[in-house]
Amino acid sequence: MNVARAVSDPYSLPLDAIDMSDPDLFQHDLVLPYFERLRAEAPVHFTPGSDYGPFWSVTRYHDIMAVDTNHKVFSSDHARGGHILGYEMFFIEEEAFQLPMFIAMDQPRHDVTRKAVSPAVGAENLRKMESEIRANCVDILDHLPVGEAFNWVDAFSVELTTRTLATLFDFPFEDRRMLTRWSDISVSVPGSGIVESWESRRAELEDMGEYFSRLWRERTGKPGGYDLVSMLASAPETRDMSRAEFMGNVLLLIVGGNDTTRNTLTGSVLALNQHPDEYEKLRRDRGLIASFVPEAIRWQTPLAHMKRTALEDVELGGQRIQAGDKVVMWYLSGNRDERVIERPNDFIVDRERPRNHLSFGFGIHRCVGNRLAELQLRVAWEEILERFRMVEVVGDPVRVRSNIIMGYSELPVRLVPWNA
Amino acid sequence: MTRITYIEHDGTRHEVDVEDGTNLMAAAVDNGIPGIDGDCGGNCACATCHLYVADAWRSVIGEAGSETERDMLGFADGVTPASRLGCQVTVTPVMDGLVVTLPLGQH
Repeated sequence: MNVARAVSDPYSLPLDAIDMSDPDLFQHDLVLPYFERLRAEAPVHFTPGSDYGPFWSVTRYHDIMAVDTNHKVFSSDHARGGHILGYEMFFIEEEAFQLPMFIAMDQPRHDVTRKAVSPAVGAENLRKMESEIRANCVDILDHLPVGEAFNWVDAFSVELTTRTLATLFDFPFEDRRMLTRWSDISVSVPGSGIVESWESRRAELEDMGEYFSRLWRERTGKPGGYDLVSMLASAPETRDMSRAEFMGNVLLLIVGGNDTTRNTLTGSVLALNQHPDEYEKLRRDRGLIASFVPEAIRWQTPLAHMKRTALEDVELGGQRIQAGDKVVMWYLSGNRDERVIERPNDFIVDRERPRNHLSFGFGIHRCVGNRLAELQLRVAWEEILERFRMVEVVGDPVRVRSNIIMGYSELPVRLVPWNA
Repeated sequence: MTRITYIEHDGTRHEVDVEDGTNLMAAAVDNGIPGIDGDCGGNCACATCHLYVADAWRSVIGEAGSETERDMLGFADGVTPASRLGCQVTVTPVMDGLVVTLPLGQH
């Protein structure tokens, strides 16, 4: 590892020494000035060598949009290296253990699975889920300590999103933290502090497969269930899928529904504390929750990037990208692109057109659960504002060491009730 | 100017006069009509400007034309043969009086 990489001043390095895949930049919250420099000086930037091999960084909003919407040229296929940096590490080096998931598939197979899954997070289903999400939210909030410091991440963000996942899968409530664990290990490599070895990681994922296979068997041939397992087990397009593919897609939905909303629930508290005037606006007018929610999703950008592999030579932002090249779309950077978003580093709860952000991606791989994410954030903040004048940050956040998950393991807070 | 009527999922009607050459998503967003998000800003990349063309107008408006629009519509909720993406329908004078309805689930 090059020591010079995690320096705080991006202008102290030559352009070609910049490697945006370095997770230390993200963990130490140094990354945004780097992206600002790349957007200005090298918006489509080549890193010749990294822990993940050579790759292009795409950092401007419109260039990212161009890649994301051109799925015929920019492939997500798992056999070519999938959709994130390091995908190969998880799924190709371990050749005997591949878990195909539709986010890492091209057309036409992608479309078939996605269409089978999407009704579970469609408008009708979300209407059914809202009251359950609200009841969970109220239950969690009403049991939190008031006036003393605690870790918001575990006590609220993880708990709410885990319960929502349990609802989505109709997963046994008492076992719900297993979902969080499986999500965490699936995106971890040995040495990260979460998994010990490839073998133990695999053994735990096999346990997950076993658990879900049992739910699948129990629910096969019982149509009408609106949970995801029942839907996959009964839809003609998916009921014959292999165990590996079933596991892959379940894992995709666990990870997709876990880290992202969890970290935005935490990030939204941090953002409001860093922008007290905006917090005050929201307190005075709860109607602003409608624009605050997408603004929080932009500001946090819970997934920093998605990766593609070019299938043919193509020009992008004046650069010649060759067939086989890895192309990383940095949503985190595009969401701070001053060419498109006014005052991009400010958190503005009544921002005009707050929904024009990249956090969900665009094109055929756009986040399938975006409405569920927005629903949880809306309900959470409706209930928080009902009870507390402030969720006050009382210590520094601890960030996750990752170049994809913009997350927190700790955010110390103290709840201040309205009458305090 | 061409008159377009948008009907929200709950039945609320919005009659607006819009510039020719704009599209049905931008016209709705510019007029603050709820039920059309337009998250991608008109790139046919998010399917959040899904709308239903009233039966009487379907032959005038036509069906989803491009492969991209059909792909994206394929991932939208509650798609019917009357479905279009608003950003892919350019307003012209022959559409004067057009009625479209908006689906459940858009903001």
